[in-house]
Amino acid sequence: MKERVVDDLSDLPLHGMGAASPTWWGTLAFMLIEGTGFALALAVYLYLMSIAPTWPLDAKQPDLLPGTVVTLLLIGSVVPNILVSRWAERRELRKVRIGMVVMSVLGIAPLIVRIFEFPALNINWDINAYGSTLWLLLGLHTTHIITDLVDTLVLGALMFTRHGDNRRRYGDVQDNAMYWNFVVLAWLPIYAFIYWIPRL
Amino acid sequence: MRNGNKVREQHDTDLERPALEAALAHTWRTPAGLWGALTTVDHKIIGRRYIFTAFVFLALGGVLAALMRLQLAQPEARVMGPDRYNQIFTMHGANMMFLFAVPVMEAVAVYLVPLMVGTRNIAFPRLNAFSYWIYLAGGALLWIAFAIDMGPDVGWFAYVPLSGPQYAAGKRADIWAQMITFTEVSALAVAVELVVTIFKQRAPGMSLDRIPLFVWAMLVTSFLIIMAMPAIMVASTSLILDRLVGTHFFNPAEGGDVLLWQHLFWFFGHPEVYIIFLPAVGMVSTMLPTFARRPVFGYLALVMALIATGILAFGLWVHHMFVTGLPRLGESFFTASSMAIAIPAGIQIFCWLATLWDGRPVYRTPLLFVIGFIFTFTIGGMTGVMVASVPFDTQVHDTYFVVAHFHYVLIGGAVFPLLGAVYYWFPKITGRMMSETAGRWAFWLIFIGFNLTFFPMHILGLQGMPRRIYTYQPDLPWHGLNLFVSLSAVILTAGFLVFFIDAIRSGRRGVPAGDNPWNAPTLEWATSSPPPPYNFARIPVVGGSNPLWEQPDTLAVASGLRTHRREVVVTTLTTARPEARESSPRNSIWPLLAAIATTIMLIWSIFSPWAVVWGSVPVAVALIGWFWPKRTPEDEA
Repeated sequence: MKERVVDDLSDLPLHGMGAASPTWWGTLAFMLIEGTGFALALAVYLYLMSIAPTWPLDAKQPDLLPGTVVTLLLIGSVVPNILVSRWAERRELRKVRIGMVVMSVLGIAPLIVRIFEFPALNINWDINAYGSTLWLLLGLHTTHIITDLVDTLVLGALMFTRHGDNRRRYGDVQDNAMYWNFVVLAWLPIYAFIYWIPRL
Repeated sequence: MRNGNKVREQHDTDLERPALEAALAHTWRTPAGLWGALTTVDHKIIGRRYIFTAFVFLALGGVLAALMRLQLAQPEARVMGPDRYNQIFTMHGANMMFLFAVPVMEAVAVYLVPLMVGTRNIAFPRLNAFSYWIYLAGGALLWIAFAIDMGPDVGWFAYVPLSGPQYAAGKRADIWAQMITFTEVSALAVAVELVVTIFKQRAPGMSLDRIPLFVWAMLVTSFLIIMAMPAIMVASTSLILDRLVGTHFFNPAEGGDVLLWQHLFWFFGHPEVYIIFLPAVGMVSTMLPTFARRPVFGYLALVMALIATGILAFGLWVHHMFVTGLPRLGESFFTASSMAIAIPAGIQIFCWLATLWDGRPVYRTPLLFVIGFIFTFTIGGMTGVMVASVPFDTQVHDTYFVVAHFHYVLIGGAVFPLLGAVYYWFPKITGRMMSETAGRWAFWLIFIGFNLTFFPMHILGLQGMPRRIYTYQPDLPWHGLNLFVSLSAVILTAGFLVFFIDAIRSGRRGVPAGDNPWNAPTLEWATSSPPPPYNFARIPVVGGSNPLWEQPDTLAVASGLRTHRREVVVTTLTTARPEARESSPRNSIWPLLAAIATTIMLIWSIFSPWAVVWGSVPVAVALIGWFWPKRTPEDEA
């Protein structure tokens, strides 16, 4: 087939940021998948609650302290997270490096508190269906934190190498920050379900 | 830019056509040999593999169906015992749904969507390679387990308590549940790739109202996959947890509930039907105009019907559970929504009929399958409206009436268009035409064989024959029709044999096809058959929804891409205005390594929960290797 050139694209950037980047859209799509998974796990919780005679089922209410500490840590981490994203947008390498170290620490901290959160549920997964849903919710979210922490650690290390000062990496840092916001956001309903619905 | 290193910064405008093609072929090539095969990220090679593998599973599932018909041909037959029969009907259903129907539709899309939207590779091509390996591993898991008498035997929807720890000892149910994980991971990966390809990699000018209808159908389907498949993953994971570590999600004695399984399963399972059906109607809407020789009638109505079907698909799941004693208000709601889905289906059928009516139809094999589809699917749709009614459903639930209904919907609604699509796109994929004579034989044998096989099952169901029985007694009034059904299945099998032989023979010795043998209007026909590794030497610029009919002799294209790295055009979501020249990843072995690590973890976790902890370490290592920058030109920004 003959061709007729009607447009010249040689002035376009070699990589788009934000909504011009396929990776950004891919991250959104994975958030939609995981968000649906969380919503369904919460639906399982509500379903089992709706057929249970009492709730919590044959167990003490979960202790508030560790879960609340995790919540505060996660909410607090949003501020430096937004700053890292902003620095990445302005391509300030030194600040991004510091920010990634801070975010790595802020990813590890809630995991340490979470070690105390599982016993504070006051029930094991194999006692009854109520215990099973609690462990499912907390397990899912712990996996969520670990996944993003590993991502943050690897990306943080990458920023200290010669590959760091690259628009592509800054885009990755921004997507990683967006994902961490999602990790925090996803926790809030789970926290309300685990700790506050049994207190209603 | 251009006065720097000339080779590194080379643009397509610097090169004459033959040199341009050579440069692009070098940049985008898949090396010959085993290493090339294991590392390729070319959507066409992976799409071909996907399609081939899915058809192998179709053939295997067909063999199982034939065995069932052999067993049921006469009362008290002794071809196999009940345990083997349970495994075979479970394998048949699970195989056809999870290893054939969904993957084959995604496979066709993996091959065609990038070509139809005018780009050079699918978005996230390494994820695409990974998804194929995971799919292959999931299929191998199911069939190897079956070969060593460990095949699942709890039905394709694995209802608890039958599939729970109390009634399903051994690992058969776990094989089913973990096969689900494999296939859902691969399906979700492809869905994400398709959404991003369709959103961001469309040719300049291909605004939302110019997207080919198959691509629209795949977009809606991908969103259905994204929203529905997490439900089955939550379900199968909780089932494995119940079986492996003693959780109680489905154990009524400890506050769990068996109906929870059915809700989770069908919240996925009903959209699943549309995940299979919507790509098929997209194929029909794309093939029909080519053979009717006019643009499709009611483009907007067809797009709206696709979206409406996609939304309604999530409001139907309870109609699979009408006999479980749900509240009457709920049953009425789901009856209404189930009947409502006949509206978008009807709109599509009338648009197709109008296209044919106003066109000058050329009755080639693909069109025969399309017409066979319209006829068969309409019957399946009508029995669907019947079983949407609670009293009728209560009568025929778990009988052969339902078996007849869903085979009409799935074979009539999806396999017929798919076979038509194979005849239609085979020349693009292989460069050779399939035989028109063999195609007509295949169509008529399959069409007649199908109707003779499955129509009598409606009657058997009304006569009370339950599904999933391995035999029946001679004094029951079913044996005449059962023998008739089994004999008709021979005709159906013969039709598929003709199809398979024709495909294999034409692949080697078919008549060379040329770029556009059907004189079709969409972009995949603007490049050679089979397409070069880079798909398009210059990216097409689109000014309408039937570009090759609107500009029959010359194709409007854009220039200015670099040739020394893999480059695609990223465009805006709605109007497809170019906004970046994005790079596309090179070939890599890491997706295969990541798939192997994931496979080890998933299979190991059937036996020990610690597999998730230790098995995830190699997965993480593989993913880091995958994403670590390699200083290629693709990493420039």
